[in-house]
Amino acid sequence: MGVGIRTDKLRKVYDAPPPAARGGGFGFASGPKEKGPKKKFEIVALDDVSFEIRPGEIFGLLGPNGAGKSTTIGILTTRTMPTAGRAFLGDLDVWQDQVRAKRLIGVVPQRPNLDFMLTAREVLTFHGAYFGQGSKERERRADELLERFKLTDRANQMPRTFSGGMMQRLSIARAMMHDPEVLFLDEPSAGLDPQTRLLLWEIIRDYNKSGKTIVLTTHYMDEADSLCERLVIIDHGKIIAQGTPKELKASIPGGYLLRLRFNQTPESLLDALRALPTVTEVRATENAGVDVYAGSGGELIGPIVTSAQAAGAELQDVHIAEPSLETLFLHHTGRSLRD
Amino acid sequence: MNWKTFYALLSRDGHVARRNLIPMLLQNLLQPILFTFVFGRVLTTSGMMPQSYKSMLLPGIMAISMVMSGVWAVAMPLISEFQFTREIEDRLLAPIEIGWLAVEKVVAGMIQATVAGLVVLPSAWLVMGSGVNLDLGHMVEFLLIALLVALFSASGGLALGCSIGQTQVGLMFSLVLAPMMMFGCAYYPWQALSPFPVLKYAVLVNPLVYASEGLRGALVPSAPHIDTIIVIAVLAVTDFALLFLGLKKFNGKALS
Repeated sequence: MGVGIRTDKLRKVYDAPPPAARGGGFGFASGPKEKGPKKKFEIVALDDVSFEIRPGEIFGLLGPNGAGKSTTIGILTTRTMPTAGRAFLGDLDVWQDQVRAKRLIGVVPQRPNLDFMLTAREVLTFHGAYFGQGSKERERRADELLERFKLTDRANQMPRTFSGGMMQRLSIARAMMHDPEVLFLDEPSAGLDPQTRLLLWEIIRDYNKSGKTIVLTTHYMDEADSLCERLVIIDHGKIIAQGTPKELKASIPGGYLLRLRFNQTPESLLDALRALPTVTEVRATENAGVDVYAGSGGELIGPIVTSAQAAGAELQDVHIAEPSLETLFLHHTGRSLRD
Repeated sequence: MNWKTFYALLSRDGHVARRNLIPMLLQNLLQPILFTFVFGRVLTTSGMMPQSYKSMLLPGIMAISMVMSGVWAVAMPLISEFQFTREIEDRLLAPIEIGWLAVEKVVAGMIQATVAGLVVLPSAWLVMGSGVNLDLGHMVEFLLIALLVALFSASGGLALGCSIGQTQVGLMFSLVLAPMMMFGCAYYPWQALSPFPVLKYAVLVNPLVYASEGLRGALVPSAPHIDTIIVIAVLAVTDFALLFLGLKKFNGKALS
């Protein structure tokens, strides 16, 4: 039961802007011309990405915008050709047999790409027909899904009149229409209100309970934390950490992160901070900021203020982050996930 | 090859075309019918054009209508579906090799071009009134050429639709389609260009010339026209070249 996923040293280099960004076609307007040899367009979107997803697991790809999450999903769903490396759904090499791979997967894209020439119900029934479902079966399934996604009263309307949340729900219903073994969701809750988001989580968990594998990308910490059994954190096309949310959080030195800001950060201050109890790591950041990783949070503030005064500096801002994936990401990249 | 999926994709295009039938027919056929009325009825009845011009014009009108509807039917949806919203993505994820989706688009375009030809022929005939002399004795030639014209229009639409973006649609019309119509020998036989020797041979790069001349040769064999064998050969080569180019471009657009 269930289909696992494996990627083996995936690499993707775009030598032209991806089609979605390209806009298509030729044009007379060109950018400012540079002198000298023509600069070759090259973006390394993925570099040596290997991971394994177990059958029936909810797996997350976490990372900021442009990290390579959608490219990974694109390769696994036959839409983006890898420059090197291999991707497997179960035993099936995705790029050796794309048609069989497509039967196994359902895809919810980052931006709804519904067929605007069809009504909501037809979006589902035609999707079923593409997958060879008979007319009775697809009508039945479409009714069920419309009901479940609270779209029954809009079933015969064109989706271009729908709100963003409704389009998203219809996209998910469409991806589930042929009952795929693996469901890919690319940033499923981007732009959803909190209520719809909870409904979405419930739907994802339900689908997972029937033994299906779920792969989702997100840049929301809480989503990865509460939904995913395991995850990888990607940045600049590379995996920087992988494991269960618990394991990943436990790997942060000290657990707590105190983001401090002073008017100045003399070396003596940094040394004094390093000497404080439970502190495992101290890093100076931009604009007289200091990140302190420690085993405790609030109780360190007093000693920090004292150390600052002793070093002739003034503490101006404090933010205490409890152990979370956000602090993990910060620890590995020095950047916030939303940057 | 998965016929069930292919058929479902074709049904989807058929469904959308049926839903937009009236606007589609108006868009593709109103202009040729009006043209037919002015040139085939007003100018001939008033004596400014000879009566024989009617029979000369009718096959050309049919060729133009077929080509325009086929190109339009394939190119326009592709242009919009490959844009930012990527509406085509759902069909690219259907369990069939993506090249077959392009072939399906071409088949759908051929059907639309054929329907346009079948509607415009009797309508234009009616609009022109009496004096049209078509010879229906060359049915096999006529059907073969009509099929090749339909394939030309649809595969041309595929190649065009995968080569340009939404912002260039106006440009496509003025730079590609309008000159093609004017110099496509639809409104006059190729022979009529004899006083313009350079133009006469330059227009031979335009596939519409063969479409018009081919249909003219099949329907009005007594009128001057390019040899049917040459027409069939050139159309067949053009069709396959455009289909090949279109499939290549489609694959390039579909995969990143």
